[in-house]
Amino acid sequence: MSLLRVEGFTVRYGALEAVREVSFALEEGEALTLIGPNGAGKTSVLRGLLGLAQAEGRVYLGGEELRPRSPEALLERGLVLVPEGRALFPGLSVEDNLLLGGFHRFRKRQHLRPDLERVYALFPRLLERRRQPAGTLSGGEQQMLAIGRALMARPRILLLDEPSLGLAPLMVREIYRILGELKREGTTLLLVEQNAKVALSLADRGLVLEAGEVALEGPAEALRQDPKVVEAYLGLSREVEEG
Amino acid sequence: MDATILGFLLLDGLQNGVVYGLLALSLVLVFAVTRVIFVPIGELLMFAPLSLVWLLSGKLPGTLWLALVLGGAWALLARGRGAALPLLGGMGLLLVFFLALRFPPLAYPAVVLLVVYLGVASYRVFFQPMREATVLAFLIMAVGLHVAYQGLGLVFFGPEQFRPEPLLRGDAVVGLSWQGVLVLLFAVGSVLGLYLFFRRSLFGKALLAAAENRLGARLSGIPPQEAGMVAFGIASLLAALSGLLLAPLINAAYFMGFMLGLKGFVAAILGGLASYPVAFLGALAVGFFESFTSFYASAYKEALVFLLLVPALFYQSFRVRAVEE
Repeated sequence: MSLLRVEGFTVRYGALEAVREVSFALEEGEALTLIGPNGAGKTSVLRGLLGLAQAEGRVYLGGEELRPRSPEALLERGLVLVPEGRALFPGLSVEDNLLLGGFHRFRKRQHLRPDLERVYALFPRLLERRRQPAGTLSGGEQQMLAIGRALMARPRILLLDEPSLGLAPLMVREIYRILGELKREGTTLLLVEQNAKVALSLADRGLVLEAGEVALEGPAEALRQDPKVVEAYLGLSREVEEG
Repeated sequence: MDATILGFLLLDGLQNGVVYGLLALSLVLVFAVTRVIFVPIGELLMFAPLSLVWLLSGKLPGTLWLALVLGGAWALLARGRGAALPLLGGMGLLLVFFLALRFPPLAYPAVVLLVVYLGVASYRVFFQPMREATVLAFLIMAVGLHVAYQGLGLVFFGPEQFRPEPLLRGDAVVGLSWQGVLVLLFAVGSVLGLYLFFRRSLFGKALLAAAENRLGARLSGIPPQEAGMVAFGIASLLAALSGLLLAPLINAAYFMGFMLGLKGFVAAILGGLASYPVAFLGALAVGFFESFTSFYASAYKEALVFLLLVPALFYQSFRVRAVEE
């Protein structure tokens, strides 16, 4: 049985249909990536899943339908989003941001200490900057913090929205190295990414979205060789990475 | 002006300033978490001593029934498990009030509970259902509530002024009563308590987080509704305690809360509705300014205090860039 199954998923913003009848499944420990151009509906899928946008269709987690959907309710069930723009608390310290990631599980610091140490082991740079306000970190460090905060919630599925956006190539490599480490540890990943090259290098399978619909899907390796994907996305992502 | 008068004015300014300060802190907290300018906070402040006078004279105040009606509406809106808090709270409130009729010392905690319950219920019934509204829509609702609560205050308590018995009698020094000292100590304790709450407790940090980034807070499992209720609860608690301590020094009446709340608002604006320390210092400045203007031009005292808003807004208009809502 798939860990997450999405069936006939449609997301609307008023009259605008951003995603139309999208279906996919995600197995335990798997990394699935949604790629596609700007405005293809990738982020809308995540927003719809978490109840941040109006959505229709069925979503099952471990065979049980997820209903109603809100970020708080899904957090309890283990679906944790690292959003585009990161949504950090800039005035609070790095450590406070991390601790608040586990706030729904425990409301006392000492209970969260083991998770905090695990995140610091993954991101030693966050340990160095633990007392610094989050707003003073560089873009890459903020992305690390956003991922670290999500890990504090002990996700069953980690949803990532454009983790490489606006980062220097070296930092993108570093972030994806850590995501690879998480995947090896068995974390299930659903990754929305415009930088198709890095996303397909990490993921097991991929879905190409175009104008709100699934245009292509298959194993990441096959998509990397697909002439259409190479022409439409990989060329562009190579330029982005090199630029 | 000689040194004695100067001393009187400074003490008077300090005593009023710390109360405006607590109101300003409450307004900043509520605005930061919910984007509501909590205009009726002055009415809640006055409801505490007026309800106390009623209760100590052996009558149940109308504010109790108002709180229970709002609590009922809150329970209907919350439904399911969420209805337990307003229902149990309402029953507890009723019980404490009946007990306070027999044991007068219980009247103090009873009216504090009443005002906190009323404040949280006001948020849950009037503001939370319109959570996606603009700041302007929240302001219209807040002003409407202020007018309604002031009118209900007149219905419940009449137009008379009341002076409850002070907790402490006599003067500490000339110009400062022991009750005034209590007000100052309470203000210092509250500021320290709020500081520790926000600095040391994860719950306090969660409240700050909800104020800084709503989406981030939701993704971390901090429900904005809960954060809003806690913010309104803290603000109402400070208002109730300030009202109880201040009322023996001034005359409590249904119409007096608005002026106090408005001066707290002036101080909160001096802090840009964002900075807690600047808002508190602004409140002390408002207190001293009011004290000195009442000496030099008492007829224009209120107008001159509100004139302080002009340079503050002028400064903010340069500092803050306009944003689309």
